[in-house]
Amino acid sequence: MNWTKKDLLEIKDLTKDEILLILETAESFKEISLREIKKVPTLRGKTVITLFYEPSTRTRTSFEIAAKRLSADTINISASTSSFVKGETLKDTGKNLESMKPDVIIIRHSMPGAPHILARTLKSSIINAGDGAHEHPTQALLDLFTIKEKKGKIDGLKIVIIGDIMHSRVARSNIFALKQFDTEIVCCGPATMIPPYIEKLGVAVEYNINRAVKDADVVMMLRIQKERGRISYIPSIREYAILYGLKKAHLEKAKKDVIVMHPGPMNRGVEISDEVADGEYSVILDQVENGVAVRMAILYLLIGREQ
Amino acid sequence: MKILIKKGRVIDPKNNIDEILDVYINGNIIEKIGKNIKEKGVEDFVIDATDHIVAPGFIDVHVHLREPGYEYKETIKTGTMAAAKGGFTSVVCMANTEPVNDNRSITEFIIKKAKLEGSCRVFPCGAITKGLKGEELSEIGDMFDAGIVAISDDGKSVKHSGVLRKALEYSKIFGIPVISHCEDTDLSHGFINEGVASVLSGLDTVPSIAEEIIVQRDIMIAKYVNANIHLTHISTAGSVDIIAREKRNYKYITCDTCPHYFSLTEDATLKFDTNTKVNPPLRSKKDIEAIKEGLKNGIIDIIATDHAPHDLPSKDMEFNLAASGISGLETALALSLTLFHEGVLTLGELVKKFTVNPARLLKLPYGDLSEGNAADVIVFNPYIEWIVDKNTFLSKGKNTPFDGWKLKGKNLLTIVDGKIVYRDGLI
Amino acid sequence: MKKKVFLDKKAIDRTLTRITHEILEKNKGCEDLCLIGIRTRGVFLAKRIQEKIKKIEKKELPLGILDITMYRDDLFKIKLPVVKKTDISFDINNKIVLLIDDVMHTGRTIRAAIDALMDLGRPKKIQLAVLVDRGNRELPIHPDFAGIFYAIGAGEEILVKLKENDGKDEVIIVGTQ
Repeated sequence: MNWTKKDLLEIKDLTKDEILLILETAESFKEISLREIKKVPTLRGKTVITLFYEPSTRTRTSFEIAAKRLSADTINISASTSSFVKGETLKDTGKNLESMKPDVIIIRHSMPGAPHILARTLKSSIINAGDGAHEHPTQALLDLFTIKEKKGKIDGLKIVIIGDIMHSRVARSNIFALKQFDTEIVCCGPATMIPPYIEKLGVAVEYNINRAVKDADVVMMLRIQKERGRISYIPSIREYAILYGLKKAHLEKAKKDVIVMHPGPMNRGVEISDEVADGEYSVILDQVENGVAVRMAILYLLIGREQ
Repeated sequence: MKILIKKGRVIDPKNNIDEILDVYINGNIIEKIGKNIKEKGVEDFVIDATDHIVAPGFIDVHVHLREPGYEYKETIKTGTMAAAKGGFTSVVCMANTEPVNDNRSITEFIIKKAKLEGSCRVFPCGAITKGLKGEELSEIGDMFDAGIVAISDDGKSVKHSGVLRKALEYSKIFGIPVISHCEDTDLSHGFINEGVASVLSGLDTVPSIAEEIIVQRDIMIAKYVNANIHLTHISTAGSVDIIAREKRNYKYITCDTCPHYFSLTEDATLKFDTNTKVNPPLRSKKDIEAIKEGLKNGIIDIIATDHAPHDLPSKDMEFNLAASGISGLETALALSLTLFHEGVLTLGELVKKFTVNPARLLKLPYGDLSEGNAADVIVFNPYIEWIVDKNTFLSKGKNTPFDGWKLKGKNLLTIVDGKIVYRDGLI
Repeated sequence: MKKKVFLDKKAIDRTLTRITHEILEKNKGCEDLCLIGIRTRGVFLAKRIQEKIKKIEKKELPLGILDITMYRDDLFKIKLPVVKKTDISFDINNKIVLLIDDVMHTGRTIRAAIDALMDLGRPKKIQLAVLVDRGNRELPIHPDFAGIFYAIGAGEEILVKLKENDGKDEVIIVGTQ
């Protein structure tokens, strides 16, 4: 099948076939990072701009390496140093960037729908690297890639997502992506952090971590933040860590070959204990490695799309 | 001017009229309504209203004219032009201008400007509290003397229950209603309805209870002090339930809803189109059904527009930051007529929600076509199809989620005080 | 549409046997030799040649799979091809790399393959074996070993079918001639 979409804004927009195409393409690109000369000339002369209004080392570096390994030129713009501080609107920033004729702009923003503003106004391909609590499509795709790599399949698995689901773009994108397959998804966290109506997406809700991880094939941990706005959702980080921090004992209830994932960066000792983070079930570093391959695949497909 | 409107189907709910009749306007009053009024040859306009509806001019109890202070969004001149086009001969304009209409001089300014430049009647609504701060009552008596017809802190809810009580009590002196915007801001974190759409989009939410709690509170206080309360832009099934229940044993409760609350669900917000950002937010399918039921069985007395025009830059940004509101005067009639086409309301019931009921609430001598009344008349057709094009709006506010919609039903002629203020090419 | 079978199953096998002997003759055996098939059909041919060499020299040569999509010079001008995996698990430094493909035409695929190999290491020599050389070069690149040469005429097309991929072995000419 052919890739025809100009932008990658939401997993919700992708068909199952499109998801599989990305995963298949990523598999072929993964091998490049294992060579001595980690470069192919495929995107030579193309320009990729990363526009990050929220800080990030992991995602931005991952995109930068992905672009560079495909021989593209990259430019990084972060909010603190940009015209954003001078009050320029997102739309104007986008239009200014467009005059440099970038092929792809990768944007991370604190507000849902921000990438869509650029996608509507600019000719460049726009990749959503995270828009508020809405979506983080490339994270979900690399998570699926990792699951497929470790488990050989995605269908028939039980996946447990633990943490602040309400404010997590990683949770949302993963739920949308995994629901394209035959999966059982359990969302676990404090009731204050689980959005009402989430069951309508076809996921189960569980407030008790022990019950949640029973027979899990995949456990996905999310970062926790104590305050959100004027009121607190949890009394303290300490209590959260006691109730929802993933410890080795919990994994004994999961399947023998369970894998533990985390989008990073981790709060060691809070949502994930040291021994689990560094333990045999953790595939967190594989996620990072796969992130480069998945992002290479996405850049390749977007730039080469059928027009 | 002498205007003869012939052969239209005259729908005048107050006088229980629904038949083909002619209407003769002389000067600024309705001189005669009857069958086959003979042309005398001295008429300035003879309008053939065959196949059209002739009704009393509509009264909109909730619009934002933005003047003074936000003239770049709308002015009294452009807002009333839009109103006239939409079939409204009277509008009540809210107080959240800049400066706030919390004193006599702003009220007088608005009234004067409207007389000079307005295309329809403008009745200011005074602020309940000074500066809309929710603390001290504004000089309601002075404003009443200057011409306000109601008080409201719309845009905001009166947070302090004690202040609301005082406002309701004080309003009894003048016999004017308190128009209440119901929103518990401690429960509402965001901008869209808490429902399935919000799970999908990750936007911060406004649960239905944020509106319902204040609906209940405001009614209870009004009941307790025996005052007149009008709940504006109600949007949830829960609100309809509460109002239905309370109306059974207290009669000074009225409420209105807006066309967007029975035309769009929360799903419209999924693509982050800021034209769907409105407060209260678009709700779930269940709520829409309840609103329609509420209109059908009379629990919801009035349809108002909450016309909230905005300049393009205020809307052209991230959803969280964009201004809230829909420019609704020019689509209200057609959207409301879908209720007629769907069998929810008869034409008579629909007209009543825009005429008799608002007039009664505000104690205005309009909203019906009795002989001798002011000639505020409209002619509309419920079947003409047209496509909404925001670029043809007379309002400065082009912020509508209905752009491109094919609607059925159009206002063709608006007469205010005996003068034609709007005429469509089709008539 | 006229169709003519140019090589049947037996003829293909004989041709591959002949090429195998030529390879061994030129290289005086198979010291330092490794085989790399270009996706897709080159890979199957490489496997067959590998087996034939094994029978003759009693040695199994290393076999690699090369996908040249990422090095194509026409990548964004055509319908975007699916990138498949390259799998060369051995070191090509200082080796004699024998590239194997089914059909050679303009030479651009081989140019891409050579660039790809250069990014993977520094071979001592690169040689090229193809089953069919159909002429019409656009670059100055030529095979060291060719099965058959067929100068394609106007409106003609030469198709290689292999059992592993297409169900049967044959080289056919389709066209109006």
